[in-house]
Formats: sequence, structure tokens, C-alpha cells
Amino acid sequence: MRKILSRVGLVVALLIMVVSLGACSSTSGSKRDVLKDDKQSNTITWGVKADTKLFGLMDVKDNQIKGFEVDLAKAMTKEILGKKGKARFIQVTSQTRMPLLANGNIDAIMATMTITPQRAEQVDFSRSYFDAGQAILVKDGSPIKNVRSLNRKGAVVLGVVGSNSVQNIKKFAPKARVLQLSDYSQALTALKSGQGDALTTDNGILYGMSIENPGYSVVGGTFTKEPYGIATAKGQRPFHNAINHALTKVENSGEYNKLIYKWFHNVKGFDMKGAER
Amino acid sequence: MISIFQNYGGELLTGLGQTLLCSIIALIFALIIGSAFAIMETMPNKFARVVARVYIEVFRNIPLLVITMFFYVVIPMYIVKISGFASGTVGLTLYSSAFIAETVRSGIQSVDPGQMEGARSTGLSYWQSMRYIILPQAFRYVIPPLGNQFINLVKNSSVLAFVAGFDLMYQANVIASDSLQSMSTYMCVGVLYLILTLPLSYYMRHLEKKLA
Repeated sequence: MRKILSRVGLVVALLIMVVSLGACSSTSGSKRDVLKDDKQSNTITWGVKADTKLFGLMDVKDNQIKGFEVDLAKAMTKEILGKKGKARFIQVTSQTRMPLLANGNIDAIMATMTITPQRAEQVDFSRSYFDAGQAILVKDGSPIKNVRSLNRKGAVVLGVVGSNSVQNIKKFAPKARVLQLSDYSQALTALKSGQGDALTTDNGILYGMSIENPGYSVVGGTFTKEPYGIATAKGQRPFHNAINHALTKVENSGEYNKLIYKWFHNVKGFDMKGAER
Repeated sequence: MISIFQNYGGELLTGLGQTLLCSIIALIFALIIGSAFAIMETMPNKFARVVARVYIEVFRNIPLLVITMFFYVVIPMYIVKISGFASGTVGLTLYSSAFIAETVRSGIQSVDPGQMEGARSTGLSYWQSMRYIILPQAFRYVIPPLGNQFINLVKNSSVLAFVAGFDLMYQANVIASDSLQSMSTYMCVGVLYLILTLPLSYYMRHLEKKLA
């Protein structure tokens, strides 16, 4: 009997430890003024993607993340902090970006993040800085021509865990099976090895993949609107306003259009006129 | 945490089922394959010893994730189409079998060589002495380290998350990104893994007391 009691005791103790650890998470949100801190350190820390061609991709030659979002973040940092302001970049994924923002490791997320009402409950979004739309990427010669032809039993769609697109594809092709991989390169590898019929995410990202991988193309156009926004932690009103203000300035000065041209002018099928501001 | 269980109970249950299924399949086959290679490694035949040595060193020294990705990416490209669940389970089986082989080998070698000689001199063949004299003793010696391997195997099944195997860890990633409550989701999943591993751990302990 004593033995059983001691065993039960051990299990209960473990459970209490786990639950009390869980309770800590809600109290750890710090009350700091991000804008003030950033002005003091003259640095803004941005969370960006490092696996997404055209938006944010790690260049293995010099270990720098490069892409449209990185350049836009640099330009906006200069607007907020002045000419000498420094932008620091931290690599995030769809899964890690929210926790990293919540615990203050990054000041803002600019990582191909679609503005959704559900997310807006957890973070504050800026105005949209890029209007993407969801599309599908398939192997050339595939019988799949658009999202409707995926809506059949046995079709397998690949997506990335934590992205908005896997929720959407369930609405547009409810009969298809959705496999969620951990990042875009994983998902593309799975598509190449035949683990799925199509890869779905925002068209901007898919264009990047089709440039890198001849033999794969974006088909059927976009079927959703996915405005990308810059996310800041709740309750950082001054920083949030500064970001919106900086975005307007970058757009008005023509720098935004330059960056769009720099990154997207040689992408087949990309609507330059529609993207310019 | 409670809300996670309420809202995503179905997903968590599927995940628990897939993890359990993968673990059981991998455990049975890893034990069989591992024991076979352990016996080969202690055989007088040099060729068998070399084959076993190569197998064990290869699968023991490559990360589980690499083995699994090989089965997920390369095999479907050239040989046969296998799902994420299958590739993860095969990878886990091969990886674990190498460790189990080493564990069982140490058990076989800790049985006094005199036992084998004695058994052979009574007229038993090599295989008979192995089956009736050596192995029963060897397995008794290695129950504690074998228990460790089993628990590791259950935890390592989280590799399925990488290849969309719908296991507990995969569901955790999906739920965390859907509910945006990473902390409590991973806590829940931690508790579910405990529910799988604690009984296993107690059972191995019980077995050890009963047999040793």
C-alpha cells in the first residue's frame, strides 16, 4: 500500500510541477516601452524569415539574411531611428515568431505574416505592406490546373505548419488531405519527392520557389487575399504608430517601389503595377 | 491548459494513437532486429560479426532525423512511395535496433563463457545452447538498460513530426500555431508523453524486480 501511495505521490508531484510551470507563462509578459528602448540602443530587432526566397533568405556565403522584407525593414529603421539607426535581424519561423515577440526577443515581426482577426487578438498589426494571395505550386505537366482540381479524395496538399494557408486550403479543397511540414524548404522537398500533389502558400513565396526550381510552376492564379502586416506586441502603441508612419514615408519617397522592382522585376507572372504604391 | 484539452481533444487523441502505434511497431521490430544483430556479433563466424558491426555502427552513428529524411525523401523518389508515418517508423526501428543490439550484446558477453562450453559438452548444438542457456540469462542482465532504450524510443518517435506523421508532436505544432498558445500546448503534450512513458518505466522496474 505504501508503495502504491508513493508512486501516486510521484505522479502528482510531476503533474503539479508541469501545471505550475504552465501558469508562469501568463505572468512573464514584461511591461516595457519598445520604442523608447530601441531609441536608447539605436537598434530595432526584427523577426524575419530566413527560408523564403525573395522575402527573407539566408545567404550561406556571407551569413546575411536577404530579401524584400529585410530591405524594407532596413529602410523603415532609418525612418524611425534616423540615418544611423541599426536594424538587427533574427530568424523566425511561422511557429516561433509569436512566442519570440511575446517574450521580447524581437520587437516586430516582418515575416510574410498575413493579417487575420484571430492573430490580431494576440498582436497589433500595421497597415499591409504587401498584398499577397494564396496559390498552388505543382510539377510541370501535372493534371492539377487550379485549386478546384485538388478537391477530390486522395489528393494530397503540402503546407507549412502555422501558416494561414493550411487553414484556407481546407475551405477551398475540403476533400484533400493536408500535410503540414515544418518549413518551406521541407515542404518543397516533400513535393519533389512525390509526397504530395501540390504545395500551397502565398504566391510571393511560390514565385520564389519556381525561380529556384525549374520544372515547377504556379498555376491557377490566387484564390484568397493575404495582406502581409508587421506585428508588434499588444500595448506598444507608440512603436506601432512609428511603424505605420515609417511605412507611409517609405512608400511616399518612392523607396518602396524601388525595392519592389529590385526583388520582383524578373519574376514571371508577377503583377508589378498592382504591387507598386 | 485545460482549454487546450477541451478544444483540441480529437487532435491530441489522434496524435497519442499515432505515437503509440509507431512506438509499438518500432519497439517490436527493433527488439527482434537488435537481438538478431547482437547474436551475430557474438558468433564465432567472422563474416557475421563484420556484417553486424557495420550495421550497428552505421545506424548508431547517424542522427535519427537523417535516417528518417532519407526514407521520406530519397526512397519515394527512386524506389517505392511510402508515407511520412511509414518512413518515420522505419527510421526509428533501424536507429533503435542498433542501440538495442549493443545492449543485448553486452548481456550475452556478460554470461560466463563456461556456460556455453558446459552446454555444448552436454550435446546441445550452438543454437540450442544460445536459445536455452545463454539468451535467457543475457536478457535478464540487460532489462534495466533495455528499459532505457524503450523509453528513448517512445520519445524519439517525435521525429514523425518532421515528416508529417500526424503523431503527438506534429499535432502539438499544429495546435500551437492554431491556438497561438505555444506554452500550454507543449505542456499538454509533455503530460501526454509522460502518460506513455511512466507506465513503461514502472513496468520495466517491476520486471527487473521479478526476474533479478
